[in-house]
Amino acid sequence: MAAIKTQALTKRYQELVAVDALDLTVETGELFALLGVNGAGKTTTVKMLSCLTRPDSGNAWLDGKSIVTEPAEVKALIGVSPQETAVAPNLSVRENLALMCGVHGLNKELTAQKIAELTKRFALSAILGKKASKLSGGWQRRLSIAMALVSEPKILFLDEPTLGLDVLARSELWDTVRALKGKTTVVLTTHYMEEAEALSDRVGIMKDGRLLFVGTPAEIKEKAGKERFEDAFVAIVKGETK
Amino acid sequence: MKLLTFSGRTAKEILRDPLNLAFGLGFPVILLLLLSAIQANIPVSLFEIANLTPGITVFGLSFMTLFSASLIAKDRESALLQRLYTTPLTALDFILGYILPILPIALAQCVICYLVAIILGLEVTVTIVFAVLFILPVALFYISLGLLCGSVMGVKQVGGICGALLTNLSAWLSGIWFDLELVGGAFQTVANLLPFVHAVELERAVLDGRFSDIGVHLAWVLGYAAVTTAIAVLFFLRQMKRQ
Repeated sequence: MAAIKTQALTKRYQELVAVDALDLTVETGELFALLGVNGAGKTTTVKMLSCLTRPDSGNAWLDGKSIVTEPAEVKALIGVSPQETAVAPNLSVRENLALMCGVHGLNKELTAQKIAELTKRFALSAILGKKASKLSGGWQRRLSIAMALVSEPKILFLDEPTLGLDVLARSELWDTVRALKGKTTVVLTTHYMEEAEALSDRVGIMKDGRLLFVGTPAEIKEKAGKERFEDAFVAIVKGETK
Repeated sequence: MKLLTFSGRTAKEILRDPLNLAFGLGFPVILLLLLSAIQANIPVSLFEIANLTPGITVFGLSFMTLFSASLIAKDRESALLQRLYTTPLTALDFILGYILPILPIALAQCVICYLVAIILGLEVTVTIVFAVLFILPVALFYISLGLLCGSVMGVKQVGGICGALLTNLSAWLSGIWFDLELVGGAFQTVANLLPFVHAVELERAVLDGRFSDIGVHLAWVLGYAAVTTAIAVLFFLRQMKRQ
């Protein structure tokens, strides 16, 4: 069964069609990147798939559960790391993780286990007692992703996870995302071409709410007849393909 | 469990902000000390400790509006709420999780004011306990107002509207600092149609043991608390849907 399957998924904001009849399939364990310029519809797609926004028409099934008729079941399957850093600023790193454990209904014992596991996995031990507001942007993003993984989601949405980070912090976060490959289905939205190329199994290119092309980074370059991934992306978005 | 976790987080966010402690707990105490000092030099019946303390406990609650509105507005702007909306927390968990933890903070503020008032000469009677308990519906009104403001305003607007405007309205229209009858006319009429003066008079009546005077003021306060809470819930749900 596909991890995500959308069928004519559509969202309008008054006259603007933000996502236009999106048909997309993401396989289980895949790292799928949604790539596009500003306003392409990437974030709106993620918001609909994570039940934050209801589609105007169409539907999507996550692990077979409908986002329209079974949002509670879908929410139990997913983890979301939003575009902006979404941490509780006056809580420590440990308390932020405990907050997510608590809202997912984990008891004390499981919470302690989960915090220990995520601390090790994300190398958080040195900053566990530090207030989230005192962390650098890179550490806040790392914490944000760790918080999204508390519920052991089958599907993880990362919306622009490295936006505004320096090169080193971005590289470290890439390692973190790579480590999720195969275990969790990851849907990543990004502006950064090199990020999509380096991390993704497949990439979907969006423009004006429509999906222009889906394929592996190599297939995208081949389709556009370009050697560089960025050139291929520009060619596809401009409609200058072979 | 989920509600408890979210409520705990609300309390921690508020109590760990030093500005909140300074304004929420420190400012009402400073006002009590300052006005009692003035009263000692130039006696004014309005500033007698038994008259002043109920007013200060009500005025202090305007900071609860600021706390709750600021927290919700910040959560909305930082996308933390967006993240939490994708968890199994229900709308009721969010609403109660923002309101309930601020009630004990409001009670603590009230208790501290009365303890300081006792040091300043307020006679210790059982009515002080009743006055602390009767602060709860007043606190609910102020906290719900915060939920409402935080649901419709941004962080900067909250600072202006709740931080400046509401605290001033709460002060001028409550009869704490001056007798509303001295102004009279439309000002007094408007003040009597708003909950602030009734909240203060409710607290004064309870502390004074004038139990026959409680009913009418309590009705105004409960009415405003119920209506404000209902509107706040509607606006919170609306912004939740918009997310």
